[in-house]
Amino acid sequence: MSAILKTDQLRVEFASREFRGTTTTALVGLNLEVQAGEVYGFLGPNGAGKTTTINALLGFVPPTSGTAHLFGIDVRQPIARQRIGYLPELTYYYKFLTAEELLRFYARIFGLSRAESDRRIEKLLKLVELEPVRNRPIKSYSKGMQQRVGLAQALINDPDLLILDEPTSGLDPLGRMKVREIIRRLKDEGKTVFFSSHELGEVETVCDRVAIIHRGELKASGRVADIVQPRHQNLEHAFLETIGYPIP
Amino acid sequence: MKTLFALARLTLTELYRRKDFYVLFILTAVVTLAAGSVNFFNDEKIIRYVKDLCLLLIWISTLLISVVTAARQIPAECEARTIFSLLAKPVTRGQVLLGKFLGCWLAVGLALLMFYAFFAIVTGSHEHRWPLGGYLQAIWLQWVMLGIVIAMSLLGSIHFAAPSSTSTICFVLVAGIVVVGPHLNTIALQQPQPLQTIAYTVYFLIPHLEWFDVRDRLVYGWASPAWQDIALASVYGAAYAGVFLLLAWLGFRRKSLNPG
Repeated sequence: MSAILKTDQLRVEFASREFRGTTTTALVGLNLEVQAGEVYGFLGPNGAGKTTTINALLGFVPPTSGTAHLFGIDVRQPIARQRIGYLPELTYYYKFLTAEELLRFYARIFGLSRAESDRRIEKLLKLVELEPVRNRPIKSYSKGMQQRVGLAQALINDPDLLILDEPTSGLDPLGRMKVREIIRRLKDEGKTVFFSSHELGEVETVCDRVAIIHRGELKASGRVADIVQPRHQNLEHAFLETIGYPIP
Repeated sequence: MKTLFALARLTLTELYRRKDFYVLFILTAVVTLAAGSVNFFNDEKIIRYVKDLCLLLIWISTLLISVVTAARQIPAECEARTIFSLLAKPVTRGQVLLGKFLGCWLAVGLALLMFYAFFAIVTGSHEHRWPLGGYLQAIWLQWVMLGIVIAMSLLGSIHFAAPSSTSTICFVLVAGIVVVGPHLNTIALQQPQPLQTIAYTVYFLIPHLEWFDVRDRLVYGWASPAWQDIALASVYGAAYAGVFLLLAWLGFRRKSLNPG
């Protein structure tokens, strides 16, 4: 199998805002490999470096050293993002547009033809159950609806790799279930999904493999069953022990 | 090109959905209509004065629209964090900048067309003259000039985070270039060294926006400029806009965008 997403000794440092001339290390030599067709969970406590990793993969943050590749292409090349879909943790969309207009805008960015855009927009609005409100401005949507618009825009180019940053954050149980269903459906279609999450139960349910990161360092990676077995009751236990939290 | 047009279209959509854009437009249209429709005993001097006033109003309004619109484009994308969803697509920062420029330039071009249409109808109904060639030249030259202003505002918006400070600084700069710029060489002559050299350097560095101003020709009915002069002015404007956009791109590509 070929690695669709790969980081090699990825290190990211930021200039400190508090103390001039000093740096904060966000990622320390991170090595990740995600294979085609996998659902890969990326776990870590707050501030562990999950979002920084995603930002580096999307080219928002330049690596201090090491490399990151998507489909074998250096992430600094915009073409590396041609076959990916990205859902940010919070909804960052043009709120003056309607769901349909937003999807059409992103379809144009990907250079899709009018007919192809129409077909995909119809399919996606059905998938995320936003058809009845397709012509309402996004600013009038609830948080759950905005998250679903986000998922639809991430899928507009029919991506082979989906990068989801805490896709169920802030959603109610029904919203979470719907997002999980969509992730499963995508897996069945052979898509690769890389997502960060705090919801360990959810990760346990949908992921093939997971990586646990703490203070910018990779602490564990492998199949969920291998990480949980034989010493732990569940992924939560394994996670807490891996990050060095004292388990009673 | 598809990406550029998609981004330009987005800028246009945002503009026509923003209420504040209409305030300036309606205000200018109303003043143009009101001033133009006043009949001062067919006194030619007063009609000229009214035409001058209307054209000045169009200049100020389009300058305001250009500066305010362009200055908020990139900071607003960063503030609303929409830039991250956008750059997660196969879009370069250069394309974002060019798309924003194109959108603002097209928007201000549409506004110019509408303002001049009002002006032409109002003055034409009084004078029974329709100097369409002169109007077209005036619109084109003003549009090219506004291209320079938009590129300059985009450059400012890369360096100053808040759209309000960018707008203010750009507007003061543009006003300075229009009002003081043409006389800098005369001022330089009266200065001791090294002030003289500095004033001359600034005179030769700044874009001379007054070269795009043909209002007097419209007001007094003077002969239109030759088309080769228009072409030269267009090349001059494109060169300045290009330089400002290049500087903006150099700043924007290095700008840290950390959404974390």
